[in-house]
Amino acid sequence: MAVVFEPTKGLTDKPFHYCPGCCHGIIHRLVAETLVANDALETAVGVASVGCTYNSYEYIACDMVQAAHGRAPAVATGIKRNLKDSFVFTYQGDGDLASIGTAEIVHAAARSENITVIFVNNAVYGMTSGQMAPTTLVGQVTTTSPWGRDPSYQGYPINVSEFLSNLAGAAYIERVCVTDFKNIQNAKRAIQKAFNVQKNKLGFSLVEVLSTCPTNWGKDPLVAMEWLKENMEKQYPLGCYKGADITFDADGKYVSGAIPATANNCVNVGEVKK
Amino acid sequence: MAQKRVLMKGNEVIAEAAIRAGCRNYFGYPITPQTEVMHYMAKKMVQVGGNFVQAESEVAAINMVYGAAAAGFRVMTSSSSPGISLKQEGISYIAGAELPAVVVNIVRAGPGLGGIQPAQGDYFQATKGGGHGDYRNIVIAPASVQELYELVVEAFNLADKYRMTCMIVGDGTLGQMMEPVAFRDEEPIVNVEKPWAACGRKGDSFHHTVTSIYIDPDVLEKKNLELQDKYKIVEANEVRYEAINMEDAEIVITAFATCSRICRNVIRQAAELGIKVGMIRPITLWPFPYKAISEAADMSSVKAFLDVELNAGQMIEDVRLGANGKKPVYFHGRLGGNLPMQKEILDKIVAIHEGKITEGGNF
Amino acid sequence: MIDFSVIFAGFGGQGILSAGKMAAEAALYEGKEVSWFPSYGPEMRGGTANCSVVFSDEPIGSPVVNDADVVICLNQPSMEKFEKQLKPGALMILDSSLIKTRPTRTDIKVIAMEASDIASELGKMMFAPITMLGCMATATGCFTRDSFEKSLYEILPERKHNLIPINMEAFDRGAAFAK
Ligand SMILES: Cc1ncc(C[n+]2csc(CCOP(=O)(O)OP(=O)(O)O)c2C)c(N)n1
Ligand code: SF4
Ligand SMILES: [Mg+2]
Repeated sequence: MAVVFEPTKGLTDKPFHYCPGCCHGIIHRLVAETLVANDALETAVGVASVGCTYNSYEYIACDMVQAAHGRAPAVATGIKRNLKDSFVFTYQGDGDLASIGTAEIVHAAARSENITVIFVNNAVYGMTSGQMAPTTLVGQVTTTSPWGRDPSYQGYPINVSEFLSNLAGAAYIERVCVTDFKNIQNAKRAIQKAFNVQKNKLGFSLVEVLSTCPTNWGKDPLVAMEWLKENMEKQYPLGCYKGADITFDADGKYVSGAIPATANNCVNVGEVKK
Repeated sequence: MAQKRVLMKGNEVIAEAAIRAGCRNYFGYPITPQTEVMHYMAKKMVQVGGNFVQAESEVAAINMVYGAAAAGFRVMTSSSSPGISLKQEGISYIAGAELPAVVVNIVRAGPGLGGIQPAQGDYFQATKGGGHGDYRNIVIAPASVQELYELVVEAFNLADKYRMTCMIVGDGTLGQMMEPVAFRDEEPIVNVEKPWAACGRKGDSFHHTVTSIYIDPDVLEKKNLELQDKYKIVEANEVRYEAINMEDAEIVITAFATCSRICRNVIRQAAELGIKVGMIRPITLWPFPYKAISEAADMSSVKAFLDVELNAGQMIEDVRLGANGKKPVYFHGRLGGNLPMQKEILDKIVAIHEGKITEGGNF
Repeated sequence: MIDFSVIFAGFGGQGILSAGKMAAEAALYEGKEVSWFPSYGPEMRGGTANCSVVFSDEPIGSPVVNDADVVICLNQPSMEKFEKQLKPGALMILDSSLIKTRPTRTDIKVIAMEASDIASELGKMMFAPITMLGCMATATGCFTRDSFEKSLYEILPERKHNLIPINMEAFDRGAAFAK
């Protein structure tokens, strides 16, 4: 009998602990499939952050390191500087990356650290029960914005992809979502592209994935998907913010497109200067 | 006059107590198991016209505290262990600059990300420094929701009085549980002048400076000696503890906060077996009630101490200093967020009573 | 009564935590010392919820219960887990609409009642643990029906007072199982 579907080897057998309808599971699978497709399961090192995905190191089957809240890009830097030919990625939530970890993410991008960041934006702190995140929409009610986020009091949402793309060190930045089959395929393409960017040592890459948190949004899973499309995509338009013109050949070798001046140089970092 | 008792969660009582104590500044960052402090503040602090800011990190939150305190305002932050670790830099600066601040630690099990269940593993961090330099915090460990309320209010008075950080150390049990609390109609707020505050010269002939940098070693040494003198005054005046059943006790339990509550039941059970057990419950972990321990060690009825903690044995070092070798100090601890069962502790007491334990103690 | 302890356990959304709180309020109304302690954190993501409630005439020792006088169970896993945490001779009240097996321990009392069926007759699943409160209060005397009703009037905002009679009906339907 022909096999039409099988679990990816990129994920362990451990059952996810995520709530029903949470996008983290889909995104894990896309990362895992990309590792397998690129034969990187034996060499890649992932960095789990602090959020609902604190446990992702149990699910993704490559080597994984658990980092302190917000510090994953720094941890990944320490790993990548030593394992220059391994795929090194972080998996971070919006609270983790855009709040407590803003310094680390900005400087990893500024240094054009040759790592890939999977940035899951669900507009709240999921793990700690739905507080306002830096990405919370204007007007959105959370446990710490009980009357809705009011810019005159809590300021404005941070558009991470847009602002990081202003840094010269960022090679590739794209925002995607996983609300339906077409978008899931597109997200997978983006993650593959980030993989190629890193493999060709072009520098810092980040894929922002808009995600749902049905539990803390207080919506059932399908309604949450709709809400994401209708509200989050207005504040966070999908698309490529940096490196749109970078292309690769069929083997994933860099062909053309604007890249950071340091690209292809990263390999020299740490070598003794004469 | 006390009002009617209402059922409230420990974490919410912390926030309510702070507001009642006149605190109009709260800066924090979410972390389990203290999130309800923040949720309560997000509403209530705004309703009373105070400042509530969800900071981008604990590092930012403690520095917002530093700012508000430097300007002379009552201020609080709360967090749990990993977040408190991040605040240590700020707490050291607050000590150096001699600012009043209230910091709440609803302790969870560590090290690292650890777990979120109740623990007391931050005793060393809280009482022996935590951040860099020679400094102290007043550290208070309430054991019930009512006491939490009263001591949070008191913490603001103590912080202002001594211009230091007053740290409330609770744990997941105290933060998450509901118990009756009776609020007072009026709080015993002691307002002190803050002529040092950097809130504008407003006609003063000098400008106010808030700093912790003293490049000249002689000047810094003098500053440090002043701090040490202040800490001696705190040690002389602010020790608090509860002595329970100490009259002709044979075995003295030492335990604080949640642990002390479990031990309270054990005292009763031991009495049923004919063993007289007393307890010294430190309420201030710093300054520590060394004298009470020492006096207990001098009692002829007392055979031994049993220190019970939710850690691998931290306060026991202070208990041993107090007992000073006069009586043996045994230990019972649980780790990882587990609480001891009453039976475990009772078994240990029986073993001590029968002379079956010869070592310092185990888990 | 010293440290009379109850564990409420089931799935999240069954009204476990609020039933525990209602019990605590009723005992508080009688002037007792009470404590209520919930399970918290990601453990709840798996869908289970439980809380410990302690009533006492003296200051309460531990709010965390590991040897209960009563366990109220609304699902199978909770029954299996908390059966072990009952004192010998203590009482387990289980929702037989949802739990098909029975505890293996023989040294405890068991009352099986169709709590969820009654609740659906009354129109809301949230009434299931309240029927079980009625059963517990009647079987053990840990608080009276009167205190339960009066405490509801105190804690509920006025616009919700119209819901009290149906809560009392749930309580009474449960009380019948204690006899
Ligand atoms: C230093 C520190 N502060 C706070 C926390 C508590 N904490 C755990 S997860 C989290 C937020 C996670 O939100 P996000 O990154 O958006 O991830 P999500 O759960 O939404 O996927 C926080 C604040 C912590 N673990 N460490
Ligand atoms: S709380 Fe939100 S982000 Fe976390 S697992 Fe549940 S749905 Fe996902
Ligand atoms: Mg998030």
